[in-house]
Amino acid sequence: MRREIPLLITGIVGVVFVIQYFIPHWPFNRMNAWFSDWFSIVQACAIWLGALNLIKISIQKIAKKKKDWIYSVVILVFFLLITILGFAEGEEFREPGTGFTWLYEFVYTPLSSTMFAILAFFVASASYRAFRARNLEATLLLAAAFFVMLGRVPIGDVISGFMPQGAQLSNLATWIMTFPQTAGQRAIMIGIALGIVSTSLRIILGIERSHLGGGD
Amino acid sequence: MSFHIAFLLLSVSLIVPSPSAQDEVADSVAVSDSALVVAAPPTSVIASEHEYDDGEALDLSWVPSIDDQLVGGLVIAYRVYRSTNGGELEMIEELIPGANQFTSGELSSDSSYSYVVAAVTTSGEFASNATAPLSPETEWLNYEKKWLFLIGLLIAGAVMYFIETARKGKKLFVRKIAGLEAIDDAVGRATEMGRSILFIPGIQDMDDVQTLAGLTILGRIAGTIAEYDTKLFMPVSRSLVMTAARETIKASFQTAGRPDKYSDDMVSYVTDEQFGYVAHVDGIMVREKPATVFLLGAFFAESLILAETGNSIGAIQIAGTARPAQLPFFIAACDFTLIGEELFAASAYLSNEPRALGSLKGQDVGKALAMIVIVIGVLAATIASAWQVESMQSIVDTLNSVFSTN
Repeated sequence: MRREIPLLITGIVGVVFVIQYFIPHWPFNRMNAWFSDWFSIVQACAIWLGALNLIKISIQKIAKKKKDWIYSVVILVFFLLITILGFAEGEEFREPGTGFTWLYEFVYTPLSSTMFAILAFFVASASYRAFRARNLEATLLLAAAFFVMLGRVPIGDVISGFMPQGAQLSNLATWIMTFPQTAGQRAIMIGIALGIVSTSLRIILGIERSHLGGGD
Repeated sequence: MSFHIAFLLLSVSLIVPSPSAQDEVADSVAVSDSALVVAAPPTSVIASEHEYDDGEALDLSWVPSIDDQLVGGLVIAYRVYRSTNGGELEMIEELIPGANQFTSGELSSDSSYSYVVAAVTTSGEFASNATAPLSPETEWLNYEKKWLFLIGLLIAGAVMYFIETARKGKKLFVRKIAGLEAIDDAVGRATEMGRSILFIPGIQDMDDVQTLAGLTILGRIAGTIAEYDTKLFMPVSRSLVMTAARETIKASFQTAGRPDKYSDDMVSYVTDEQFGYVAHVDGIMVREKPATVFLLGAFFAESLILAETGNSIGAIQIAGTARPAQLPFFIAACDFTLIGEELFAASAYLSNEPRALGSLKGQDVGKALAMIVIVIGVLAATIASAWQVESMQSIVDTLNSVFSTN
């Protein structure tokens, strides 16, 4: 029963979700919103599971003085600080000038932006590896990347200004992005759409159940 | 000036003889103001049935006032008034100049509604005639989606057919997927090196099919991890994913006969915040130096940060996502990448279960259909464009209407 009930719920909800997409009549036209609301409620309750798990693991690390336990102290301090501030400042906790907003704007946002900024360096290192002309495909990729990148900056048209309009680098870059790139991306997307249909059917029919634990 | 006076007379003539509904709106016109700004009201106001709904809406369209001009126009807004069952008019919406349609919602099929649209100037409102009373109708089927329904039915039918065929014992050929063939080696490598395995299921919740696909693969590889007795780390960014992943791993360890080796600590919640999560995972990678990293699920900007960090510590990396924008990053930074559909095929492929493999075969019918339609569409569009052949253009239009999801 421990697996049959989830399978039954999954099957029924899956079928209902498909049906409601084609039927505008009540109650089907409300089901998407209902299920979304239910999911949000479950999600909101589950956040406590996550938070408690985070606290438990951090306390365990500190208590056992595990490697890098000091990071767990930082997690706990800031977790408690922002939670207490959020509750203490009541409904206006998101207003400018509150402690919660200060922490968000001047601690969280810069830290988050710093992590995002690392991406620039990683793009450079990944591009270096990807664009090495080791074989025909990599060489084609290198050539396409060269033309697209050069065509997207003003100097591209300056150095290709003597060529016919259609062969100038900005137009070449647009052509590469509009035709070969879009065609490749659409092929992948068609495959993804079919994969989702197939996976959904396996889940609805109960053929796929490893996400509920174990094999078949 | 004479032009304005002429319009004043015209507007008053339009307003005055109207039925009671628009009289209420017309009363608001300030006729005593010497600097009166007078505009022609909108015309041809038509209320019609809003298609394919539950009788909750009506569509309204009109021809804008002739004084509604981009340059030097007098109309500053349009106001839509509604009367329910012949009752008083109430304003339900104010729209910007240039507007010529509106969908009136939150209606009931048991009531009838009439509408007045008024052009608003700095001096007052100039109302149209009231529309005839109309009740919205409820509908059971959305015929706009009929083609989508039929195509879906065809593909789903093909998938079911091949599932049934496979169940009866017919051997099906499934091409080798390098990324999935490498899973056992990747787990074995971590075991030999005495290092851990890191599994990242993306940053979306359980309502994303990619997360679900990631967890189904986790279910398969957790069995191998249990057999090899390798250490597994799985930091997640969603609480529900944490509970689902724990159940998945626990059951796989039980199936593998190693329930004692399972620990809840294998899966830990970090944070819902994207870059907070990335910082934590990068920290684990740098400190723990896992031998194998799985990145299977829905990823956004963090994909390359995670994959490059994994690459820098020398981990063997198997990634997969159905987000086309992130695939190039994974291909550049990982050893193996499951491209789109391969992520969804992985669980069936790894299980080698006939019915699951049959479902993969069913996808091929969809691909064949897509290829045929693309070839026909490209040929028809090329001929129609090059030689102006109308019949070919009609084929292109038909295909567009059939396969357009909007």
